[in-house]
Amino acid sequence: MPTLNLLQAVNDALRLEMRRDSNVVVLGEDVGKFGGVFRATAGLYEEFGPKRVIDTPLAEGGIIGTAIGMALYGLRPVPEIQFSDFIYPAFDQIVSELSKMRYRSGGMYTAPVVIRTPYGGGIKGGLYHSQSPEALFIHQAGLKVVSPSNPYDAKGLLLSCLRQNDPVLFFEPKRVYRAAKGEVPEGDYEVPLGKAAVLREGDAITVITYGAMVHEALIAVEQAAEKGVSCELIDLRTLWPLDIDALVQSAQKTGRVVIVHEAPRTCGFGAEISSLLQERCFTSLCAPIRRVTGFDTPFPYTLDEEYLPLAPRILRGIEETAGYEA
Amino acid sequence: MPAVQRSGKAASKARPKASKSKNGASTAKAAAPAKAGTLSRDQLLEVYRAMLRIRVLDDRMITLQRQGRVGFYGACSGQEAATIASGYALKPTDWVFQALREQGVALMRGLGLVPLIAQVFGNSGDLTKGRQMPSHPASRDVNHVSWSSVIGTQLPHAVGAAWAAKLKGDDTVAMAFMGDGATSSSDFHVAMNFAGVFKVPIVFVCQNNHWSISVPTKNQTASESIAVKATAYGLPGVKVDGNDPEAVYAAVSAAVARARAGEGATLVECETYRMGAHSTSDDPTRYRDQNEVEEWKKRDPIVRTFKRLQGLGVWDSQRDEALRAQLLEEVNAAIREAEALPPPGIDTLFDDVYEKDTWNLAEQRAELKASGAGQQ
Repeated sequence: MPTLNLLQAVNDALRLEMRRDSNVVVLGEDVGKFGGVFRATAGLYEEFGPKRVIDTPLAEGGIIGTAIGMALYGLRPVPEIQFSDFIYPAFDQIVSELSKMRYRSGGMYTAPVVIRTPYGGGIKGGLYHSQSPEALFIHQAGLKVVSPSNPYDAKGLLLSCLRQNDPVLFFEPKRVYRAAKGEVPEGDYEVPLGKAAVLREGDAITVITYGAMVHEALIAVEQAAEKGVSCELIDLRTLWPLDIDALVQSAQKTGRVVIVHEAPRTCGFGAEISSLLQERCFTSLCAPIRRVTGFDTPFPYTLDEEYLPLAPRILRGIEETAGYEA
Repeated sequence: MPAVQRSGKAASKARPKASKSKNGASTAKAAAPAKAGTLSRDQLLEVYRAMLRIRVLDDRMITLQRQGRVGFYGACSGQEAATIASGYALKPTDWVFQALREQGVALMRGLGLVPLIAQVFGNSGDLTKGRQMPSHPASRDVNHVSWSSVIGTQLPHAVGAAWAAKLKGDDTVAMAFMGDGATSSSDFHVAMNFAGVFKVPIVFVCQNNHWSISVPTKNQTASESIAVKATAYGLPGVKVDGNDPEAVYAAVSAAVARARAGEGATLVECETYRMGAHSTSDDPTRYRDQNEVEEWKKRDPIVRTFKRLQGLGVWDSQRDEALRAQLLEEVNAAIREAEALPPPGIDTLFDDVYEKDTWNLAEQRAELKASGAGQQ
């Protein structure tokens, strides 16, 4: 089985599905001849040509707005927003149009658009090449939101997204685009949407995260284990629909929960997860649910490592939560 | 070379088809084919019937709103020629992206009066399940796409659909309607720009009715016209008298033929006038000079088209009164039928958010049922 990085896995999924389904088209800024600024679409233009791998004018609202129209007509467009920080010109099209098309047309019109976009910090990208806006989209009824942490999941989840009929925001953790490597089957397989992965089993504390922070959390839970704290690490993979059953099961077992994400804390996805778990597991909980997250500031350029919830902060959150006594 | 033309009498290869009746619609008999780009007398009469039908419907709907029987209505009044003659240039396989005032196109293309009026009531006869405010119909059967309420957002959708048709090798043309206010939106810019770059088969029809709620066109743009904006996108822009159905048809059918021939997009500006309020929630006497309204009433497209048909010797007052009475009876019968339908089922509140319920929606369905909602 070949070893791929996360970018190569995304590329592999796109190529495989474009060969299988002639309705799949890729569009965005620099995705054609150049193959994307991160190279996620490298080689697709050469294989599928300019009609299916389309360099668009520089207008995110136009990319998503026209992708919606393509999908209404029966194509399966996969627009790329070059950085998720640039998604806001398309926010109206995503929120007012894409997410509501099925509902407002009584199910007569659907727009299965899969929006790929790199997100998160760690590449010295400053305010506008680093943000994690996933919660804004989870808040919109009608959208699915996915974030893989590794190459195997990236390929399998993307293939699943391309074969279902709801619009998806596919957030790719660019911090680990090349750093995350792993064995990826050459052929076709799917990773089901809505299913979390338990990466480490443990009984003292549940650590919930997704995307690039999975790798930081892995470091932290290994260090915690050395100190005798047995952590269960859950990679959400699909943020919405959330695998609530997996989370409840783990939280009921451990009674202690730490949630980790890069996005700012206030109204971040951790707030929702925390609320869901206290509604369902109140009597099982032995400690307040802890959020280890990005701070409630814009994303900083120089102090980016301090902003991010990296392993040392996660470990501290684990230790404090594990040691909490009422 | 793209050019801005004042007149819309350009030659065209378009072979208009008479609209077909579906869903109990009763507009049209097949009219004799006319010279390309021009309406035969029979076709003009067919267009007039469809225009008058909308006028009758709108008048009744506004009355119903005043009676408290419907919540809201956005009328076409004054814009019937621009609306109907544009839609008349399409084939049934073409796609329509409406703005607020073009539900008459769906009606002409075969959406029945009952489902159209049920959409205004928002009840179980509404194909869109009572989800949207009135005047937001959609129909898969007649390729009439759902509009939000966010001005201009449908324009990139129309470009995308036209683009998809081109990629699939279909001969479908998309028609995207907008008002003058929409030409200020960012989506107008991206739609025109993408349409130009990718040369997609689309016709943009701007109904310049001079008012965006309370703001006149001169406060929307300093451009000498809306049509001229097309030039910067490498597209032809055409400005026509939007209250003359023959001029509108000539310009739009030429644009449709051009799109179908693979020559790309056109922007047609129909100069017309919103004779009534923006909607039933609006009071134009607070911002609009009544003298202006009176001047435009002299150019009422219904009156003008009637006189034209009269001049052609194919129509007279007697037949007109009979037609108005017949249309009113049809509309009233449809209102009676539509109004009697029950509201959408409680469960439909949660349908169509996703293809299949997510767990939270399943929980919320149960929550609503447990609250006793929907039980008489």
